[in-house]
Amino acid sequence: MFRRSEQDKRPQVQIFVDGVAVAARQGDTVSAVLLASGQDVRRSTAVSGAPRLPYCMMGVCFDCLVTIDGVGNRQGCLVPVAEGMQVEIQKGKREIGR
Amino acid sequence: MTVAPKREDYDVVVIGAGPAGLAAAATSAEAGLTTLLLDENIGPGGQVFRAISSTPVTERSQLGADYWVGADLVQSLRASNAEVIHRATVWSLDRNLDIAVSIGGASAFVKAKRVILATGALERPFPIPGWTLPGVMTAGAAQTMLKSSALVPGGRTVIAGQGPLLWLLAAQILRLGGRIDRILDTTERGNYFAALPHAFAFLTSPYFTKGLAMMREVKAKVQVVSGVTELTAIGDGQLTSVSYAAGGKRETIPADLLLLHQGVVPNVNLAMSADVEHRWDDLQLCWSPVLDASGNSSVAGIAIAGDGAGIGGANAAVVRGRIAARAAVEALAPAVAAKLPAMATLRADLAKAERGRVFLDTLFRPSPQFRIPSGDTIVCRCEEVTAKDVLDSVAIGATGPNQLKAYRRAGMGPCQGRLCGLTVTELMAQARGKTPQEIGYYRLRAPVKPITLAELAAVPKSEADIKAVVRG
Repeated sequence: MFRRSEQDKRPQVQIFVDGVAVAARQGDTVSAVLLASGQDVRRSTAVSGAPRLPYCMMGVCFDCLVTIDGVGNRQGCLVPVAEGMQVEIQKGKREIGR
Repeated sequence: MTVAPKREDYDVVVIGAGPAGLAAAATSAEAGLTTLLLDENIGPGGQVFRAISSTPVTERSQLGADYWVGADLVQSLRASNAEVIHRATVWSLDRNLDIAVSIGGASAFVKAKRVILATGALERPFPIPGWTLPGVMTAGAAQTMLKSSALVPGGRTVIAGQGPLLWLLAAQILRLGGRIDRILDTTERGNYFAALPHAFAFLTSPYFTKGLAMMREVKAKVQVVSGVTELTAIGDGQLTSVSYAAGGKRETIPADLLLLHQGVVPNVNLAMSADVEHRWDDLQLCWSPVLDASGNSSVAGIAIAGDGAGIGGANAAVVRGRIAARAAVEALAPAVAAKLPAMATLRADLAKAERGRVFLDTLFRPSPQFRIPSGDTIVCRCEEVTAKDVLDSVAIGATGPNQLKAYRRAGMGPCQGRLCGLTVTELMAQARGKTPQEIGYYRLRAPVKPITLAELAAVPKSEADIKAVVRG
């Protein structure tokens, strides 16, 4: 859906999405990396299980919710990637404590 | 890295580091007031100057001269003594000017003598059939990715809607080598006539020549369909095509990405939760705070600057930030105020920056069918409430958005009405034959952004707090 411009010379960072290594760039948000990854990163909603992807990328729509390093319901569009970060795509409701 | 505020009390706390917040914090700090700037994003700039200090787009002309203006604002801020904290989410503000802010998973509390809200705007909801499908995003979302990560659409891309941002985004995508297959312009033909009486002010504003040049640049490379009156995103779990009607003809085109935009509206959540009075704006079709000429709201000590005060654009936002900060300096350190630019000068700057706005508001007034959906179209994305659900609730007695919460949970999901509130108000107003002002809006309360229970539980408690809830 999205691809990187060649002028982007930022250092590479590696994160893991559901355990799979994904290349990112320093300064990317988690949501941007997911959308650029080319993988199926659709979450499913807590209400009906409908598939969703980030909609606004500016912190208002909450369609980018992901589990980051074990903490659920984080807004992926507001969190910058860090080396080794573990991202899990959320399917349905959160469990208590996560 | 977690940085808590250095003090518990500040003269001025500015919330939001977009054009208004940057200007307000710099002005306030330069005048010697203790100033804290809290911002939710990774770096300064807000939306219009997003990633201004970090963008990987090094070819300056691709983002345009208007973008790089933001670098000067950041420089002024950094030269001042303002304390700046990013990735700081303000989740509570009350009438006592007590502020709760979540930073790195822990909450901090600060008190201000004056608060300047510069929480800006968000894109108006665009509730068409299929707008929740993966592959449908806002134009602003694509622009955010372009500015902060140099990411551009690579698949079959359709941009639909209206307004200056749509053309700017299209030009930027093309300059960075991205793909746009078609632009579907939803501007109502009648709006051109309605806007005509306001055209003179616009023709003599800087927007005119810039806007025209940008539209020409885009139209040379992309097929543009104007007068689009119907729009549907189609797909099963993923966008596959976009269907539209224009001039009585219907067409369906394959698409991987649909970018929607029909203007921006004030981001009212924090201000409303602090009890700031808002009124329905019939021209801009949104809620705007009731403010005096210095940006002061109905709550003593809270001023609002930037697009959160009513949409005026980036240049106006900067001036409004300076006006609100000057008013704060006048109140807290009157002797220093004399050294700042005179209020009369600032107000003249503001009038200049707002020139042509009425024309834009009138020309790009979104059509009713793109604001007030029907049938199975989703209104509330979080709780998956459709237009029919809302109308059914009205039929059995729901009188306004707050009653609707009890019937359908609309507005009670994590976005707290940001993506459905305007739609719900207009839909219920139409169904009940009332004005939006009469129908009203969701009652918003802290926390205005979700925080974890663990974070809330870790908040320092007094003996009295504990006694209030512990038995025996």
